[in-house]
Amino acid sequence: MTPARTNARSWARDLTLGARLAVTGGRESWVRLLLTGVGVGLGVALLLLTTAIPNALSARDDRERARGDLGYTQATETHGDAATRALLIAEISTTYRDHDIRGRLLRSDGPRPPLPPGVSDFPAPGEMVVSPSLKGLLESDEGELLRDRLPYRISGTVGDAGLTSPNELAYYAGSDEIEAGQNGVQRITAFHPYGPYHGDGLDPVLLLLVVVVVVALLTPVGVFVATAVRFGGERRDRRLAALRLVGADRSMTRRIAAGEALVGAVLGLFAGALFFAWGRTLAGRVEVYGQSIFPHDLDPSWTLAALVALAVPAASVAVTLMALRGVVVEPLGVVRSTRPTRRRLWWRLLLPLGGLALLYPMVGQGHDNGEFNEELVIGGTVLLLVGVTALLPWIVEAVVTRLGSGGVSWQLAVRRLQLNSGTAARMVNGVAVAVASAIALQMLFTGVEGDYTVESDSDLTRAQVQIYVRQGVSVDQVDRQVARSEGVRRATVVSVSSLGGRRGNSEDVVDLTIGGCSALREVARLPSCSDGDVFVVHGAENYADTPRIARPGRMFYADPGYGEDDSAAVPWRLPLTAKKAGPRPDPTGWENGGILATPSALPREVVADARAQAWVQLDTSVPDAVDLVRNSAARLDPLTTTITLTESTEVEEFASIRTGLFVGAACVLALIGASLLVTQLEQLRERRKLLSTLVAFGTRRRTLGLSVLWQTAVPVALGLLLASAVGLVLGGVLLRMVAVPVTVDWSGVLTMTAVGAGVVLAVTALSIPPLLRMTRPDGLRTE
Amino acid sequence: MKPTGPLLVATGLRKTYGPTPALDGADFSIRPGEVVAVMGPSGSGKSTLLHCLAGIVTPDAGTIVYDGRELSAMSDSRRSALRRGEFGFVFQFGQLVPELTCLENVALPLRLNGTGRRAAERAALARLEQLEVDDVRNKRPGEISGGQGQRVAVARALATEPRVVFADEPTGALDSLNGERVMHLLTEASRSTGAAVVLVTHEARVAAYSDREVVVRDGRSRDLERVA
Amino acid sequence: MSISHTLLGLLESGPRHGYDLKRSFDQRFGHDRPLHYGQVYSTMSRLLKNGLVEVEAIEPGGGPERKRYAITDAGVSDVQQWLATPEKPDQYLHSTLYTKVVLALLTGRDASDVLDTQRAEHLSAMRVLTRRKQQGDLADQLICDHALFHLEADLRWLELTAARLDRLATEVRR
Repeated sequence: MTPARTNARSWARDLTLGARLAVTGGRESWVRLLLTGVGVGLGVALLLLTTAIPNALSARDDRERARGDLGYTQATETHGDAATRALLIAEISTTYRDHDIRGRLLRSDGPRPPLPPGVSDFPAPGEMVVSPSLKGLLESDEGELLRDRLPYRISGTVGDAGLTSPNELAYYAGSDEIEAGQNGVQRITAFHPYGPYHGDGLDPVLLLLVVVVVVALLTPVGVFVATAVRFGGERRDRRLAALRLVGADRSMTRRIAAGEALVGAVLGLFAGALFFAWGRTLAGRVEVYGQSIFPHDLDPSWTLAALVALAVPAASVAVTLMALRGVVVEPLGVVRSTRPTRRRLWWRLLLPLGGLALLYPMVGQGHDNGEFNEELVIGGTVLLLVGVTALLPWIVEAVVTRLGSGGVSWQLAVRRLQLNSGTAARMVNGVAVAVASAIALQMLFTGVEGDYTVESDSDLTRAQVQIYVRQGVSVDQVDRQVARSEGVRRATVVSVSSLGGRRGNSEDVVDLTIGGCSALREVARLPSCSDGDVFVVHGAENYADTPRIARPGRMFYADPGYGEDDSAAVPWRLPLTAKKAGPRPDPTGWENGGILATPSALPREVVADARAQAWVQLDTSVPDAVDLVRNSAARLDPLTTTITLTESTEVEEFASIRTGLFVGAACVLALIGASLLVTQLEQLRERRKLLSTLVAFGTRRRTLGLSVLWQTAVPVALGLLLASAVGLVLGGVLLRMVAVPVTVDWSGVLTMTAVGAGVVLAVTALSIPPLLRMTRPDGLRTE
Repeated sequence: MKPTGPLLVATGLRKTYGPTPALDGADFSIRPGEVVAVMGPSGSGKSTLLHCLAGIVTPDAGTIVYDGRELSAMSDSRRSALRRGEFGFVFQFGQLVPELTCLENVALPLRLNGTGRRAAERAALARLEQLEVDDVRNKRPGEISGGQGQRVAVARALATEPRVVFADEPTGALDSLNGERVMHLLTEASRSTGAAVVLVTHEARVAAYSDREVVVRDGRSRDLERVA
Repeated sequence: MSISHTLLGLLESGPRHGYDLKRSFDQRFGHDRPLHYGQVYSTMSRLLKNGLVEVEAIEPGGGPERKRYAITDAGVSDVQQWLATPEKPDQYLHSTLYTKVVLALLTGRDASDVLDTQRAEHLSAMRVLTRRKQQGDLADQLICDHALFHLEADLRWLELTAARLDRLATEVRR
């Protein structure tokens, strides 16, 4: 046999032996293995997800573009081949409860109209094709009200190719009523009219967020895994010593330890694959980013997946061998290398400083549409976060050696920490890194969110819903159909048009708002009002030129038209009796300017051509009032736009990312907490005899419990302090990178540190019952 | 020794762990300042007897009266306080807190009793001197020999000037020379403070340091004075 | 070792002929040195004179005289007193102690009392030695320790025997 073969064989033998030892250690080793597996598994799943997300997002974007229809350009061909493929299309998207529904009205304008992606048969007038989710909703009890709003017969379904996500609510309805030139109606000859798309991908800020989220979740998991493979280290060392006694040499013990570590890593790989598969099916149901993702889009790149499968076990073996470096396993026991030299600060500082150095050059690039160098972002963030794990042992050691005297419980805890501050710091590392990254993310989100949140000035006490109808629908119809609808307490209906100072010219244009006296009082402060009155609003924001243009006695043209086609223009003279009115924000917060008129002061054509709109105050005692109103509006005309007024509109992606982030951080912390508990219990068990003795000579159990608490609380407090500092710095730098003013979200910092502290308290609380059990006098009996 | 009433009396103690009885009607009594050896083969229940007498374990049946008070009627915290204040303990090994220095270990019971740190350590130093181990006061238990460790443990047991010292195989892990030294110092020191000693041992030479011997066999005790 | 007490003890379980006594003695206690019949004869006549045994019957027949001896009440209490008195802790004690234990078992007495009595005696001797050792100089200590180790060995034997009493009882009574 060649030496190489012998070598391979002994490797295989020792690795298998190690693997067997890892699984035959009783309940405790199973728990440890399980935790390691889950920890590594989470990491693997996260890594796989990371490699899969770009694919998923681009597939989604591709489909979104393929069904693109509404744009700024109308197809104008009326002859030739293109004209045979013409199609009229109008957006009739709506909202039902809190579901957004994408809707389109279609009407063919030629013999061969194009079919939207995913649709196989053109819907006839009065019919519609719907997405599976919408079909489900319509058929469920929950969709009862919605059925009134979509009075079309379902003739087919929209396939996946026409949907961006499996749970998207979408439909295409056939119509024979919409006309080219109507408000909201477009004429197109093809979907996806823009040609192949070579865009710049994700918004750089969003990309940064995604990258940072992944790194910030992955780093604590990595740290956790590094700690997890050291679980039960002391027991393992004793086991290895026993093997040395029966003749294993030093390299054999190393290989056996590697075998033990491999089991956890391989288990973790399987767990990771499972988690990922489970997460993939979940992706179809869970809404992230405001939408869900097709499981089949979530394809990790296989080379990367293979890399993960190789790197994870390799890393776990590497960590194990590193941990064994300072330990000499002798047949008669384990010798830790001589008293560790005092920890040095300088190289520990290098990590976070290096991270800052990597990130700093990118400060301020966010709003110049600059792109962030992903490698630098990842590198910098990882270095900063890993810096926590490097700095923490030093800080714990430095602080603990200076801690003074106190009660007995304090003395017990401090002395223990002084003797073994490294273990304590290692236990807290995971929590610290998780909290640091969570704080940074929280800051980044709150900062960016300010950018993406639209503050609205709506006065919700006056109206909660705003309705715009198509031109041609009269105020009377709106009044009858909407204002009297169920669920409406009060509706203010006005119609809006504009007046030009010259025929065929769009210069000197003022807004014209038409309505009854009570309606006009909602948009301006009127001195007095009776039917036939006309007002000019002075002093409205954004209407500085109204007084100049709207001079009483001047001739105006309603709907003045552009260019030659001036037939529609209706002349009207602003009466000399027009009164001055003061501005008042309408229910949406907008100050209307221009001219206000009661209908009888205007020619009938002007009133008829104006577009009506209504502000609706809901009767909140009626359930589903909003949807009843939306139904009424749709019944009035399918193209009616209904807008729900809110105080602020948070961009939805952020809300869900924040929730996801919080859940993720909480999960990571819970996992770390579980591992803390296992380590804690292991340490307690090792001290069982001592604890029993202490109780025998009258130590209060409270004293012991407190000492356990101090022993965890001191390093955790230090860890959280450091984590907050690093988190704030990282968050600050990231915010500067996206050029958002740095504001510290103290409530976020507090929440995250509180969660971290809560984990520690929970761990201590959970280890108290075993502590009490272990301090029972049975512990004094010799085994 | 002037004849006085017994300090600690136990009658009819029964204690069962799982299916096997550890004590099956054991009696015991000790007078102030007396050194009583509890002997018997391993598994005979002598440690259980000690645990019961010290109020660490509550017997299933029987009474223990210490200084006129019924021990099994006391609450756990009362018994803990008693152990802190009036009892001292020496075990076979593994009883010193490894993180604390020897001096801090000896001071520990005093501090548990509420003595201030400085006063406790002063008293502890005196004990260490009495036990001839004051030279290791600033070392940790891991850095000293087994014999030194047991002497530190004896110093700790005597730190609060207890009325009863419970010693469970105090020389069990020592060679005979160190064992003799520990026993010599233990009995001398407890005689000087007037402490009674309940000495559990299976070694006759250790038991010979006592004034009287009680044999425990199959959970039952025999006072050899009464047999003779 | 007291042959007279041993023979007395053997008689306690029932009247026997002199030759029968010798056989029983040899079987149980005479592993290294069998008893001469003359010893039995002389011991019995002494016991007879002291009123500790009586001749129950003389069986006629060829050969030597066949007397059947029986123990008297005085004899029983003599055995009792002998068993209850600890031996002086001395070397080569075990054969006497063994005899005592076996006799106690044979006569239905509590053999552990015998052992514990002896144990107390040993221990008090050890206590004296220990006290002397604690007060004496190195020479005293060494001398005392020598004695202590021997006593300790006896005590161990006592312990071990005490732990095996049940087995011994079944063997003896078989």
